[in-house]
Amino acid sequence: MERDKNFVLGVFDDEDVLLDAIAKVRGNGVKIHEVYSPFPVHGIDDVLGYKRSKLPIAAFLFGLLGTTLALTMQFYMMKFDWPMIIGGKDHAAFPDFIPVTFELTVLLAAFGMCGVFFVSSNLKPWAQPRIFDLRITDDKHVVAIDLATNAGLGEEKIGDILKSSGASEVNKKSFE
Amino acid sequence: MAHVSNYNLDQKFDFTASLKKSILIVLGIGVLLFVAGVILSLVGGGHHDEAADAGGHAFHWYQRVFANLWINNVYFTGIAVIGVFFFAIQYAAQAGWSAGLLRVMISLGNWLPIAGVLMIVVFFIANHDLFHWTHSYLFDKNDPHYDKIIDGKGGFFYWPMEKGSFPIFYIIRMVAFFGIWVFFFNKLKNLSFAEDNLSGAHDWSNIRKWSAIFLILFAVSSSISAWDWVMSIDTHWFSTMFGWYVFASWFVAGLSVITLITLYLKGKGYLEMVNENHIHDLGKFVFAFSIFWTYIWFSQFLLIYYANIPEESVYFVERLQSDVYSPFIFVNLVLNFVLPFLVLMTRDAKRHGIFLKVVCSLIILGHWFDFFLMVQPGTLGHNGGFGLMEIGMLLIYGSAFAFVVFKSLAGKNLVAKNHPMLEESYHHHI
Repeated sequence: MERDKNFVLGVFDDEDVLLDAIAKVRGNGVKIHEVYSPFPVHGIDDVLGYKRSKLPIAAFLFGLLGTTLALTMQFYMMKFDWPMIIGGKDHAAFPDFIPVTFELTVLLAAFGMCGVFFVSSNLKPWAQPRIFDLRITDDKHVVAIDLATNAGLGEEKIGDILKSSGASEVNKKSFE
Repeated sequence: MAHVSNYNLDQKFDFTASLKKSILIVLGIGVLLFVAGVILSLVGGGHHDEAADAGGHAFHWYQRVFANLWINNVYFTGIAVIGVFFFAIQYAAQAGWSAGLLRVMISLGNWLPIAGVLMIVVFFIANHDLFHWTHSYLFDKNDPHYDKIIDGKGGFFYWPMEKGSFPIFYIIRMVAFFGIWVFFFNKLKNLSFAEDNLSGAHDWSNIRKWSAIFLILFAVSSSISAWDWVMSIDTHWFSTMFGWYVFASWFVAGLSVITLITLYLKGKGYLEMVNENHIHDLGKFVFAFSIFWTYIWFSQFLLIYYANIPEESVYFVERLQSDVYSPFIFVNLVLNFVLPFLVLMTRDAKRHGIFLKVVCSLIILGHWFDFFLMVQPGTLGHNGGFGLMEIGMLLIYGSAFAFVVFKSLAGKNLVAKNHPMLEESYHHHI
């Protein structure tokens, strides 16, 4: 079976039931593709077993890039390209460079972090969002389970596990 | 999700004989080093002639003792008042996460009465050796040493008396600030402990009200005390950022002390309900306010450096172009900015005690260097330095401070057990 095509959806009404259900479903060896909810559910990343985001590392690296760029640019401009004496200071007056360096560090860290976040969470402008269930923007939580990654269990068994964990509905959804 | 929280809220800190012994050993080492430092400076007092040429005064070893007393007076006063300030902030901000840490914060304030007495006594003994403006000849128009600029500032110290006589306004401020701080410390502490016998939010609202009043008074008094006790050493020079600068230094040092005491108590099995989430938040405070201090330090430096007006830049010339002090400018920046910035940047470093223990200890040392750089160049000039006397005095003050704080924690509840937000604090999760 092809991956990322056919899903079983467990629909939940309540986030406390959802949290317990996720633990039960995962305890039964079912791999969860994604959980969609209309609002942030506290503690959901723990029960889903998500590792902590690596976004801070991206932010740090982009910040470092900003620092490097800012210092290189200023040293090049002020020392080599067009040396100017400002306020009687050296051409390469390091303390003068700090504010610009700080600003560019923050700017690149922020932009880089946003960009990485958009790409990694599939919010990039050219992304085609897949709507599993319209009610996830309203009042339902949906646990999406990819049939292909759970080939050993089968659709019915997954449905039973979801039902017994408190799902109000179990649906099927396929994408082209 | 429902949690069961059977924490022992009646835990009382036991100030064990072995801890007392360790603190007294540090105190003893401090005294030894201090005495050795005094002897060394007595033996090697070869600076007399140069100093006489430069400033018109011969240099005496006790001037360095006074400068050291003053550095530590100001520094530990700041740490103590920051304990009360941070406590008040928790109430003013209606903070829930910190409910289990309140007793640690307020305990620092127990140093304040001692600090007040020390400050006033040292001022009366050492005034001429620390503060140039205490010389009455500066205000006498017929004296060759008459100083027009200091004469213009004289009212700030001597009003309403005659300039050059008795600095009544200065003394009144010193007494008033310590009076206010000690009063509010006692008020907040007593209200907090009174809450242990009652429940409900009445005491909480009451403490909140007193905290708000304290914060307003502290905003003014901390700034003016920084001008009085530190900036007036370099009497000609001024910086409009100085109040913030001293406050920032105090705040980081105070937060580091709070973090260290919390980690120590936690390591000894106290403060059960404090977990890595609370430690993480303390770490964030230390991290953030280290950067805040750097921001203030650099803002003060950059404007003075850039404008390069002699009357302003003399402050940094005295420090950066001095063989004695210039290395410590960089020690200061590395310990107080580079180290906390790089080490405490990651989440793990803020959640694991060992990183915080190392960084907070170094920050406490680093901000001592900050005050060292504020006080010594203006009082001792090239006769100053970082030697045995400095290390000894820091150890003496540090161990005395630790003794007072632990003594005050002993035998009382370590957690404000009827705090209305204790439950919220249990579930603090970040």
